[in-house]
Amino acid sequence: MSVVNPDIGVLLVNVTLLALLFFVAIAIARLRSLFAIVMLTGAYSLISAMWFVAVDAVDVAFTEAAVGAGVSTVLMLGAMLLTARTARVEPNWKRLGPLAVCLVTGAVLIYATIDLPAFGDADSAANSHVGAMYLQRTAAEIDIPNVVTAVLASYRGFDTLGETAVVFAAGLAVSLLLGFGERSLSASHKPARANLKGVLVPSNKSDHHVVLRVVAKVLIPIVMIYALYVHFHGELSAGGGFQAGTIFAVAIVLYSLLFGITAALDAFPVIWARSIAAFGVLLYAGVGFWALMNGGNYLDYDFVLPPDDPDYGPEDANTWSQHVGIILIELGVLFAVAGSLISIFYAFAGRAPEIRDEDW
Amino acid sequence: MAELLETLLSWFHVVREPVGGVLLVVGGLLAIVGAVGLLRFPDIYTRLHATSVTDTGAATLMIVGMILLSPTGWVALKLVFIWVFMFLANPTASHAIANAAYTAGMEPKIGPSGDTGEADR
Amino acid sequence: MIAAATLALFVAVVLVLIRAFRGPSLYDRVLAVNVFGTKTVLIISVLGFLMGRPEFMDIAILYALINFVSIIAILKFFRYRSFQVGLTRAPKVPPRTGEGEA
Repeated sequence: MSVVNPDIGVLLVNVTLLALLFFVAIAIARLRSLFAIVMLTGAYSLISAMWFVAVDAVDVAFTEAAVGAGVSTVLMLGAMLLTARTARVEPNWKRLGPLAVCLVTGAVLIYATIDLPAFGDADSAANSHVGAMYLQRTAAEIDIPNVVTAVLASYRGFDTLGETAVVFAAGLAVSLLLGFGERSLSASHKPARANLKGVLVPSNKSDHHVVLRVVAKVLIPIVMIYALYVHFHGELSAGGGFQAGTIFAVAIVLYSLLFGITAALDAFPVIWARSIAAFGVLLYAGVGFWALMNGGNYLDYDFVLPPDDPDYGPEDANTWSQHVGIILIELGVLFAVAGSLISIFYAFAGRAPEIRDEDW
Repeated sequence: MAELLETLLSWFHVVREPVGGVLLVVGGLLAIVGAVGLLRFPDIYTRLHATSVTDTGAATLMIVGMILLSPTGWVALKLVFIWVFMFLANPTASHAIANAAYTAGMEPKIGPSGDTGEADR
Repeated sequence: MIAAATLALFVAVVLVLIRAFRGPSLYDRVLAVNVFGTKTVLIISVLGFLMGRPEFMDIAILYALINFVSIIAILKFFRYRSFQVGLTRAPKVPPRTGEGEA
């Protein structure tokens, strides 16, 4: 099990992955069939996740895997249903403007990287000052092994509250634009325009999809349990609320892909999706107010379970209360992300396909 | 009886690493074979045939190799989970692709093909 | 050994991507992306071993589970062109029994 000259190996892996990213991006830009582009975007996301793993950013790779492989492909397909099948051809002179913008932005970015510190430099601004302080103080103050979760949930909890609100706002915006999916409630088991040429309604003669349904019935509960595992395990290993929410949404999406949108709306109604998204944000903000009411600062988890010691001062650590606080806000993030993603999916699914026959 | 088990266990610990490494390499080679088949076969159905077996087979070999090389029991347990899910999902995905291709009307290419045959559509 | 296995997987990934670019029909590309997903699971596991960080197994489990979803989504869309149709057989009406009829 020897690793020959690990630096060269790591460099080769990084260069290979980045080169693959580059070629896939070029292919995405050159292809005109939107289906192929959607699939290559899925491949792009997979390569990005591999690259994040190679540079040791495990939580980011986790989120990229959860979002890119599951939800974003499905949502782009849903968006594609509302438009066309191939990209429009643009004359070359119309491409000069975007080309100029790309060149200028790329040049500015490359110029900016000259000033960046070397990768992994111990004296860089990110690794000294506050970053080093978080690394040193996590064990004493919060006592969880995953420093990323400690920083995300506790030290920078306010930023994460903002991110959760952003996800909720995105779900809200999509639902306002596309509807909450109630239009699909009037759809029966037939597609919206049954006279489309070549659209096949599931026939009664032979059940083509029995294998898919049986395997899905096994896999969907496992995916949901895995979402809960990722959530509760986020303190100890890679994971957390964002990834868990996305995985839960993927389980619902898989169910609705295989059993139809009406069955999915029976199992997980739209009102639940909306409510738990809002409840998630409320829970997160509510933990902050609870800490305020107990005498601490906003989102200071030391005060979620009030300390017993009457001489409790700002230098003491209340690690059990920190644990409870982190679990609660991660739960809030899980609810918000899962509810928003499911609302977005229902919003796309509720629209009847508006592609004309000729476009197919 | 106990001594027999002890000698077996010591042998196991000796051969664990080389056997795990060999299984990993063989799995990798099988993956390359499958990918070459995906490139060179003339038709969607033959490509499906090449990849479905070699994909799951390479994954099984590599996962067994990694189980032999794993430092703790938890890692081995997670690898077993990965294997179970891949064993369920991979052949199902191949079945779904074949089903979709067939009902969409893709005809299998029958007869001799050229050196690098492409599918008709 | 592990490095050799990683190299072999990367070579396989590059070959599969060539098919994803070239494949003349949609199904070739879907197949290539499916195989690519499986190779990603293996690469992430092997990279985890190479770098001595077994936390990567969680990511590999995740991919093994949800690689399935995008494949099913693409195939279903291309065939039924709608989210709304379920892949179920319409329920059969059970044959009438003799009771209740004269």
